[in-house]
Amino acid sequence: MKPKNQRLVLVAAAIAAVLAAVLLAMWGLRDRASYFYTPADIAGGQAPAGQAMRLGGMVEEGSIKHLPDGVTIRFVVTDGKARTPVVYRGIVPDLFREGTGAVAEGRLENGTFVADTILAKHDERYMPPQLGNLAAEHKAGQTLEK
Amino acid sequence: MHALANPARFLRIARPATSWLLLVGLALAIGGMVAGLTLTPPDYLQGETVRILYIHVPSAWLGMAGWAGIAAASVSQLVWRHPLAAVAGRAAAPAGATFAAICLVTGSIWGRPTWGTWWEWDGRLTSMLVLFFLYLGYIALGSAERERGGEGRIAAIYGLVGAINLPIIHYSVLWWRTLHQGQSIGLSGSSIDNSILWPLPLTMVGFTCLFGAAVLMRMRAELAETKVEARMRRMGTA
Repeated sequence: MKPKNQRLVLVAAAIAAVLAAVLLAMWGLRDRASYFYTPADIAGGQAPAGQAMRLGGMVEEGSIKHLPDGVTIRFVVTDGKARTPVVYRGIVPDLFREGTGAVAEGRLENGTFVADTILAKHDERYMPPQLGNLAAEHKAGQTLEK
Repeated sequence: MHALANPARFLRIARPATSWLLLVGLALAIGGMVAGLTLTPPDYLQGETVRILYIHVPSAWLGMAGWAGIAAASVSQLVWRHPLAAVAGRAAAPAGATFAAICLVTGSIWGRPTWGTWWEWDGRLTSMLVLFFLYLGYIALGSAERERGGEGRIAAIYGLVGAINLPIIHYSVLWWRTLHQGQSIGLSGSSIDNSILWPLPLTMVGFTCLFGAAVLMRMRAELAETKVEARMRRMGTA
């Protein structure tokens, strides 16, 4: 074998070995590297109760309630399979609204998620305002599933 | 590729190519950015902040394409000992690092009003930050090897192994649940409305041309420097 071909085989073998290692690592990480748990995970008992964690999903339509103290809100996060009630005290981002995605950081206490931080999750759709208001009503909920 | 192994022949092509890439790149990038700032509508949810995508998306693409180029140069360096491969890799690294940094900064600026946070350790953001650090490592390794007069083989191995981060960045939003949204533009079409989308190809091609021009300029500069060093040595011994 010519030295050039020998080097080619060596480099190809090295690339294959490294790729295999990465696939193995990612397969092992696939649950741990997830950024948030969904309501279905909580219903299935996979989420750590009482520990700091993140909850992600769609804010259910019509579920945002402002409590009389003016700074606390309650809403329900859903992933289409299960629902988790959330309570949060503070200011939410502008894009936090019903029917869109959100991620909450906090703890699960007696079935209610007590959030310290609320992040709005933007989806991959971009459109001008007149189209958006129509389409948002139909498409909300499609982009959550991952 | 081997036709370009002769530096003199490479320079004959690279010299005019640099100015053309620079001109076309500037025209397209500026045109696309002006169009993106003035002619497109705001997004229905994000409002005006959506306009950052005309810089953010090309930067992300070039940050990743730059490393793909480094990986290709590494293979041709390790297997074929192409004389310009190490020069090309060293030339691409600072440009790629710059675009990766622009991608991270613009994403952070967009994330504050949209998500409500400057930074989160989700899969996409973290893997992109890792890419930026990989660039810094490559730049350090490459210049150290050049100073020692090495062939650049260590940097080439590093460039090849670092390429495994590229599929991780790309698939992070598909494999893992992330705060970053999924991909908008795929083979099956785009979920960005055409009225917002159309300047994006202009800035993509424009920034890519500017990237190419920067790489060619750096390669020419390094070849010229090598020539000067060789001449100085000859004069010293004569």
